[in-house]
Amino acid sequence: MKPLVEFQNVMFGYSARPVLEDVSLHLHPGQFAALVGPSGAGKTTLLKLILRLLRPVRGQVYYRDTPPLRLAYVPQLETVDWNFPVTTEEVVLMGITQRSGRWPWPQKADRHRASAILDQLEIADLAHRHIRDLSGGQQQRVFLARALIAEPELLVLDEPTNGVDMRSAENIFHQLAHLNLNGMTILLTTHDLNMAAAHIPWVVCLNQRIIAQGVPEAVFTETILSETYRGEMLVIRQDSHIFVQQRPHGHTYRDLIADPVAGGLPDHDVADGMAAADGVLPVEMKEKDGRAVHTFPV
Amino acid sequence: MDALFTPFQFEFFRNGTMAAVLVGGLCGLIGVYIVLRSMSYIGHGLSHAVFGGAVVAFVMQQSFYVGAGLWGFVAALLINQTVRRTRINADAAIGVITTASFAVGVALISRYRRFTQSFDAALFGNILGVTRTDLLVIACITAIVLVVILLLYKQLLFTTFDAEVAQVYGVPTNWVETWFALALAAAIIASIQIMGVTMIAAALVVPAITARLLTDSFHRMIALSTGLGAFTGLLGMYLSFYVDVSSGATIVLLQAFLFCLALATLARRRAGRLLQTDV
Repeated sequence: MKPLVEFQNVMFGYSARPVLEDVSLHLHPGQFAALVGPSGAGKTTLLKLILRLLRPVRGQVYYRDTPPLRLAYVPQLETVDWNFPVTTEEVVLMGITQRSGRWPWPQKADRHRASAILDQLEIADLAHRHIRDLSGGQQQRVFLARALIAEPELLVLDEPTNGVDMRSAENIFHQLAHLNLNGMTILLTTHDLNMAAAHIPWVVCLNQRIIAQGVPEAVFTETILSETYRGEMLVIRQDSHIFVQQRPHGHTYRDLIADPVAGGLPDHDVADGMAAADGVLPVEMKEKDGRAVHTFPV
Repeated sequence: MDALFTPFQFEFFRNGTMAAVLVGGLCGLIGVYIVLRSMSYIGHGLSHAVFGGAVVAFVMQQSFYVGAGLWGFVAALLINQTVRRTRINADAAIGVITTASFAVGVALISRYRRFTQSFDAALFGNILGVTRTDLLVIACITAIVLVVILLLYKQLLFTTFDAEVAQVYGVPTNWVETWFALALAAAIIASIQIMGVTMIAAALVVPAITARLLTDSFHRMIALSTGLGAFTGLLGMYLSFYVDVSSGATIVLLQAFLFCLALATLARRRAGRLLQTDV
């Protein structure tokens, strides 16, 4: 099968600093792939080369030319101007700017289509809300809706789970998997290796050059990930699950404070977070300086 | 009641008021895009650049509109391209390109001293000297800019919101930017004789900022800003007749007053919401 996008020995750099070196990559129709690597590894640059926003300094990028490839892009949430006066519906309709009529106002059919996609992503009731007033997960779905209304063959997402809570991230991956099952080719970047291991069938490890690519079971090894992240990585395999974590280097707080409570931490610090995070229930509650203070079993 | 219509007996007032309403609305409309692109300084800068073009046109014995128009368009395009293609910020690009253009005008004035006085109007505005021909030119420019904005409404919205992503979705952002630069230069040419170089910046920015305070919707911001610009043009002209103060300054002061009013309303609304939350 002819690839949608093919990179051949691509090199790119800003000024004299190389960002990508000798990158060769294929994206086939129906593929669902994740680019992983540390910050500054060149993930966003690679996406921008695919999106034709940048041109390689050396090497070639080939696209399937007939029919012309339909692309859609979901940028990082940090790049969005949240004070811009637009509602959810207005953002979604941007996705068909070139396909809707000449009139400034949206056509009825376009609004129906936007509404259907928002409904599919379970945010139909937010259509007339300002984008700043939404949660991180909802904001991410708004930009996904803008991409979907464009009916792309290749959907490119830059860190779609960045800044959203774990449950929203899980939902986003499920929605992407569903889109992929319906034939959409998807490429995304992520820092969430555990989500990638659980949900994405093809992973590309990148750090200026491609370190490895393949199914997560083959690629997520301590050797490959340590080389990708240039740090010691810990890979735990349990049943069919893969869990990845950077191995703590130096010391942890346990090395410094053997007993965090008796170690002199003020009561209210404990109450505000530490023990609650461990799921320990308070055994005693009293008032101190007008605040409720919880004491936890040690 | 008759006293209310007294100023309209004079042709200079009728022409001036119509020009102020058109220019006010036009600046309000274009101003939305300028404010949302964080290029508020461009009105100030471009009006100075256009001044340079006007002087060159005078020296070459060409039409004011052709000289100033071409100069303004090239300057606006240069600013846009400098910002998009280099790491120079909008304010710095505007500062370099427009002050250089203004300096050309000043240099020519100091060389050919004979026409110093005729450029007072361009610097400070001369709304009461608007002729029927001026009015016709202003009306034509306003109509053309309005058509351009309406035809490119969606593309301009997407490009203003995120030019890079708009490109991915097939929006020809370079063309959109070029048309916008043309519309902006045209709006400044139309406004320069009415508001003067020194007042254009305020006429472009204040209605748009006021509208932004009052709404979170893009199309409502466009409507509000255009309406506020036209309304303050009309009321400002009217007030200036009775209080005997320069029309351009009265219009801008009125816009600034409405901005303060919007700011106070917003602060009161926020305080009200906080009180409700506390209860």
